Amino acid sequence: MNKYETVFILTPVLSDDQMKETVEKFKKVLTDNGCTIENEENWGLRKLAYPIENKNTGFYTLIEFEGEPTIVGKLETAYRRDEKVIRFLTFRLDKYAAEYAIKRRAVRKAKQEERAAQEAAAEVAEAPAAVEAPAVEANEETKE
Amino acid sequence: MAQEQVRPNNQGEIRYLTPLSVDTRKKKYCRFKRSGIKYIDYKDPEFLKKFLNEQGKILPRRITGTSLKFQRRVAKAVKRARHLALLPYVTDLMK
Repeated sequence: MNKYETVFILTPVLSDDQMKETVEKFKKVLTDNGCTIENEENWGLRKLAYPIENKNTGFYTLIEFEGEPTIVGKLETAYRRDEKVIRFLTFRLDKYAAEYAIKRRAVRKAKQEERAAQEAAAEVAEAPAAVEAPAVEANEETKE
Repeated sequence: MAQEQVRPNNQGEIRYLTPLSVDTRKKKYCRFKRSGIKYIDYKDPEFLKKFLNEQGKILPRRITGTSLKFQRRVAKAVKRARHLALLPYVTDLMK
């Protein structure tokens, strides 16, 4: 069993639902072949550094998974068959990369929690009816 | 005059108005070794731009001071980033 990381770019013409559906499809390809998905990141619509297939933006998705080496071929065949995918990259994580991936995940999670706490605090600020009690709660959240 | 008296002693010597700039360049070092970075992430194009010139070409080791081991990893990360359109293959005035 090896750890792998894969990134693919979907065309920007898709709707949000179509995009999520496609991501689910590739995740299903992985899980059907006995892989465990360790992490999934949706980077959203990003600008490309150069046009690919005359498109200047794309939906980026990153998936980290653990599985047998044979899965990579199957996954890439699935990418090639799907014309919604305009670019993909899959590679094995070495020990340093795996360490880095774990650290990166922790950092992202912390950031997300922080953002959630901030949003909660903002909601509190927006509701002037009950100022004091929720403000205390928000503070507690940020401490956590 | 005072100068005329000094001259016979200094004959044959070259004299400069400003002190010579002795070559005291700072020694280059590998930033990865120094800061203990073991893996170079291709997902961070802003960081990788430090190793590219204005046209988006990878800078040589003799300029950045990166050790051979990490130069290979930088190159790999840059190439992965280019493939995923996070960095351009060719460009002008990137910075």
